[in-house]
Amino acid sequence: MYELVFDPELCLRCTSVDCIMRCQYISMDLDEAKREHDALVRGEKSSILSQCVTCYACEEYCPYRNHPFYHIVEQQEKLGVHPIPIPIEKSQVVMMGPRGKIQPKEVRRPVIDMCFFSIMKGGIRGKLFEGATTIEGSDIFCNLMFLHFARNSTIKERLPRMIENIMTNYLTPSGIRELICYHDECYGTYTSWAPAFGIEVPFTPVHLFDYLYHALLEVKTDIKPLNVKVAYQRPCSNRLCPETDHFVDDIFELIGAQRPRRTYEYSNALCCGGVPEAAQRFELSEELQRKNVEDMKASGAQFSVFNCPFCFWTLAGPVAKAGMIPVMMSDLCLMALGQ
Amino acid sequence: MFTNETLSRIREIVSSEYVTNEPEDLYIYSRDQGVQDPHMPDCVVMPSSTEEVQEILRLASREQIPVVPMGGGLVLSGLSVPLKGGIVLDMKRMNRILEINEKSHYAVVEGGTSQGMLDAYLKKNFPHLKHSLPDAPPAATIAGNIAIHGSGHLSQSQGGFHSEMVTGLEVVLSNGDVVKLGSCSTVPYWFSRAPLPDLVGLFLGWNGTTGVITKVGIKLYPRPKLHDVLVYMTEDIDLAPEVLTRVINTETAEDINYALSPKPDYLNGFQMMVINITANSEDEMALKKKIIRDVLKDLYETKESGFMPVPPNMKTGFLEAPQKALSKFADVRRGGGFEYVGAIMPIERIPDACRAGMEITARHGITYSLGARIIGKGHCAMFFFAYPFNRVDADEVEKVKMALEDTNEASLRLGGIPWKAEVQGQQLILKQMDPGTYSLMKRIREVLDPAGIMNPGNWEVS
Ligand SMILES: Cc1cc2nc3c(=O)[nH]c(=O)nc-3n(C[C@H](O)[C@H](O)[C@H](O)COP(=O)(O)OP(=O)(O)OC[C@H]3O[C@@H](n4cnc5c(N)ncnc54)[C@H](O)[C@@H]3O)c2cc1C
Ligand code: SF4
Ligand code: SF4
Repeated sequence: MYELVFDPELCLRCTSVDCIMRCQYISMDLDEAKREHDALVRGEKSSILSQCVTCYACEEYCPYRNHPFYHIVEQQEKLGVHPIPIPIEKSQVVMMGPRGKIQPKEVRRPVIDMCFFSIMKGGIRGKLFEGATTIEGSDIFCNLMFLHFARNSTIKERLPRMIENIMTNYLTPSGIRELICYHDECYGTYTSWAPAFGIEVPFTPVHLFDYLYHALLEVKTDIKPLNVKVAYQRPCSNRLCPETDHFVDDIFELIGAQRPRRTYEYSNALCCGGVPEAAQRFELSEELQRKNVEDMKASGAQFSVFNCPFCFWTLAGPVAKAGMIPVMMSDLCLMALGQ
Repeated sequence: MFTNETLSRIREIVSSEYVTNEPEDLYIYSRDQGVQDPHMPDCVVMPSSTEEVQEILRLASREQIPVVPMGGGLVLSGLSVPLKGGIVLDMKRMNRILEINEKSHYAVVEGGTSQGMLDAYLKKNFPHLKHSLPDAPPAATIAGNIAIHGSGHLSQSQGGFHSEMVTGLEVVLSNGDVVKLGSCSTVPYWFSRAPLPDLVGLFLGWNGTTGVITKVGIKLYPRPKLHDVLVYMTEDIDLAPEVLTRVINTETAEDINYALSPKPDYLNGFQMMVINITANSEDEMALKKKIIRDVLKDLYETKESGFMPVPPNMKTGFLEAPQKALSKFADVRRGGGFEYVGAIMPIERIPDACRAGMEITARHGITYSLGARIIGKGHCAMFFFAYPFNRVDADEVEKVKMALEDTNEASLRLGGIPWKAEVQGQQLILKQMDPGTYSLMKRIREVLDPAGIMNPGNWEVS
């Protein structure tokens, strides 16, 4: 079975314990953080296991890329710590499980992987996506969401099959090697989680922002600058691929959107509050939603842009109530093209 | 006996376009969506006024012709199917909304007014008011629903069955007499049944066997601006009564429903408690949610059960009234067949009712949807055992029929009483009933319907 590439010695020698010290949800001084994290590394019980809100951020905070979050998830699963109630966990395992209904189909560049969510397909239209083929559904679903459920095992069990499905049904017969990942979650799976567990990814994943940026460059002369202030809600899964975060600024520059400074962005981004709600941490969930919305509002933003459907579902209502317009990144780009 | 002469006389009472004895029309009125055997009426009449109803009943009484009042015909257990032929009195033309009293919170409607019509009328003209909607399709009538002690989305928070929300009635008796019951019998207002001797009950739960309801006064309630839902999930059948009772006792939930169904497969084995909350401000909503969550804190902290996050697309479904989920489930086997035993029972028997439902359906090889609605701030539950079937599959129809019979028996064994029971179920109830009650029912029937023409076969006490 696939084993996490994790170096315990590195952690035991680590003196900064950035993974915990920078965590926005666990409050410990350095001594306690060291003690609790060392316990975790030794496979013992640690309060980190139950305090973690599964925000993925320590994957970005660890200066050595030692996969502290994936390790937390391994330990939660091993020690039977369920961040989310068991019936909800079990039901999600079934709901998101592969239906085995995939059929080969001819695909054309660009191939956009919509993850599970056909509901978001409306965003794939217009000049930026001309000729695009979308693929989606349970049989190609990255399953990374199970990190929130302490279920690396489900991802390990399903992901190789999903990758094979993508190759044999879509990419290989059409001679295509790149897959544009609509959701950060898929991109993070293929560029971070899969390598961390030694799972080979035979195609080249491309982040949606990377794709949008280059597609916008090609139609640059058609862009009508938006001249609006837009706050960006960075999703948890972008923590797995921080190297793509700069594209937000790059895209904004191209489409003439201003990005007013927020407190909670870049590496200080805050969870939208959706997962803590599922984890029955209702006060935290409400606090996070409120902080995010107040922060966007205080920045003077007129729009709030998302790339994660879950963040969108969680915050779109509160954002709209606060007088801002919630929008997905692909739609924001299309707006700049008058579409 | 029904003759050509009877038909002509009826055509004189009600304009002939609203009277039919065409075989294709009679065929439709001979059956409902359930498994009960069809029975042909002799004719179908759609009266438009109390006076027309009076004249038809006078005629039927004289000639000893059975009369079956019918609203939407959606009861599913054959209660508006003419078991002994005769006249089906389809009330749908009597659909006027006669009065809305905003200050004393009641509506007066005619006996064929549908739930959907009153709801739409209130939404348009009195958006701050609503009545308690059942989850039946909107064509179900208010009179038909109270005639069987229906329940709906305000039954938990506003004090019970829809029949308990009746403020007054106008009824035509089998001999054609009109009676007014409740405050409207004495003053021009329809505000309540008290302080007079309460005769309204003579027509509630009687399945149209004591008279034809031509007007209903029904309570209205505020329609708060905000509506949201919490869904609590557990695998432990025995936990349900505890969760439900704790939520009920907060007095913050409008409607509380319980569901257990093998479909969709991701819900198989999980019970869901759907808690509807209404409020007039965000603060009120937040507080109510917090109160409900707090009473379940020690339970969800074990992670053995908990509140399920409800994505917006799912939430829309939970928030609609009437709920479409059961109607959709009704066609899960294709062929449009659907019937359920709804048993009114103590809340603590819900786990055993689930076990009984699963055992019975497994034994008969059919599928199910089980669920309950809490009635009257936790005084009982309407537990439904719903069985869909393909009506062209005779074998499946037979299995469902047998399962329904077994379910009626099981409900009674559990201390529940089958609701809107089909004739066989009624007989089971009567067999178990206190003889004094049974005999009183019989005497009341003899007084109100000496000719025995009102929906004969139902609540038949020999
Ligand atoms: C999908 C589905 C969901 C349902 N959910 C609910 C629910 O949530 N709550 C609920 O209560 N029910 C529910 N039902 C059951 C039923 O449809 C309703 O109770 C409905 O309101 C019955 O009204 P009706 O007009 O269709 O009555 P009918 O079926 O026409 O008649 C019912 C009985 O009342 C008598 N009757 C009708 N009109 C009169 C009258 N004017 N005077 C005297 N007697 C009369 C009839 O003779 C018959 O005995 C549901 C049904 C379906 C199909
Ligand atoms: S995961 Fe990284 S930051 Fe955390 S203790 Fe280990 S090496 Fe240090
Ligand atoms: S995943 Fe987030 S909450 Fe959990 S330890 Fe890492 S930074 Fe903290």
